[in-house]
Amino acid sequence: MDKKTKSILLDPLAEKNPITLQVLGICSALAVTTKLETALVMSAAVTFVLICSNAIISMLRNKIPGSIRIIAQLAIIASLVIVADQILKAFLFDVSKGLSVYVGLIITNCIVMGRAEAFAMGNPPGKSAIDGFANAMGYSVVLIYVALFRELLGSGKVLGYTVFASVRDGGWYVPNGLMVLAPGAFFLIGFLIWVQRSLTPTLQEAE
Amino acid sequence: MDFSNKYVIGFAVGICVVCSALVSFFAVSLGARQDANKVLDQQRQVVTVAGLAAPGEALTQERVDEIFKDIQPRVIDRKTGEYIDVSVEDVDPIRMAKDPETSEETPEAFKGAQIARLPDQLEVFEVTKPGSESIVLPIHGKGLWSTMYGYLSIKRDLSGVVGITFYSHGETPGLGGEIDNKAWQASWIDRAIYDAEGDVELGVVKANAPRNPDYQVDGLSGATITTKGVDATIKLWLGPAGYGPYLQRIQGN
Repeated sequence: MDKKTKSILLDPLAEKNPITLQVLGICSALAVTTKLETALVMSAAVTFVLICSNAIISMLRNKIPGSIRIIAQLAIIASLVIVADQILKAFLFDVSKGLSVYVGLIITNCIVMGRAEAFAMGNPPGKSAIDGFANAMGYSVVLIYVALFRELLGSGKVLGYTVFASVRDGGWYVPNGLMVLAPGAFFLIGFLIWVQRSLTPTLQEAE
Repeated sequence: MDFSNKYVIGFAVGICVVCSALVSFFAVSLGARQDANKVLDQQRQVVTVAGLAAPGEALTQERVDEIFKDIQPRVIDRKTGEYIDVSVEDVDPIRMAKDPETSEETPEAFKGAQIARLPDQLEVFEVTKPGSESIVLPIHGKGLWSTMYGYLSIKRDLSGVVGITFYSHGETPGLGGEIDNKAWQASWIDRAIYDAEGDVELGVVKANAPRNPDYQVDGLSGATITTKGVDATIKLWLGPAGYGPYLQRIQGN
């Protein structure tokens, strides 16, 4: 693997993470992370959409007229999102009910559009697909981290299995209600950004 | 790169055609499976609200089919309460209510539920399982933001509530959305429905306000309009304009 491909693959995981660094796509990161299961399915859907949209848009990059490029990209992204939503409704109905409108809202997820504009329009399909995959992983890693802690601290469970027996079920753990609400996710993401910036001095803005 | 107008328009049309073909292909090929999921989900709600499932039981298609052997879906005439001999699959009361031919304007007294029209035909589920005979009634009414769709299950002799659930609504999570709260739904169980005059007494009153605990359920704090909507919905569907005639008729038998 040459150096450039490696950096395309690894940068979005940490140094150029779409959520913690570019702070993109956080509306879904707040909304679907109360349970790990929904976060995993959401991550899979975004990964599918991002890889396909990057690859397709990159294949068409020399054919898309500049004057209508945004709407053309959006048509491709929207179609892929509908396909993902239809598949979820057919095969993972219960999870898709939990995700409700948020699968449809992948269309407006800034990461997808952002990668199409910033990367796929200027690079060949293979590299674009890798870039899509890497960014989706960067998004997924944060989503899974947030969901893991929200489910664990908010309801004492991981993937629906009880880890801390909650008081309501006769155990000892008092669930932290804040974690179930959206601000809980803000705290977790904020904490992650803080840790990341402290460890990587180059990311800190000059005083 | 410079593109002629012709090319731009052609490209736009091309993208649209290809994308819509792709989307329709998936929508059509997965449609049957999605419909099956929706029906199963609805049946699960009916089974749960009628108290026929053990808590935490996994309701697979087979299990639901088995339980449904004791459940008779019937179509009734709303005004007379008579059974109508058509298949439940062919009747969609919610769609029917949109067509002036097959519906009627909601009487003024029941406008509280903010449902403009009532369908001529309704669907009911009669649970014939010995020991837990009940009737499951689909209900809907407006809350604060949205129309709340749910099921109310009542004992066959109309002596009390068996369960209530909402399967679709858009109320504020944490406030009105608490109509999904299992503990609140459990507070409905065994409430009486009709008073001595046959009026619907079952309903919701403001949280912690004086109430008649035989009939009334505590409202949800911070969700006054939602709970008012639930109250009006109950009054509408159990009253003479809703399932009232049907419920009275089956009492005669």
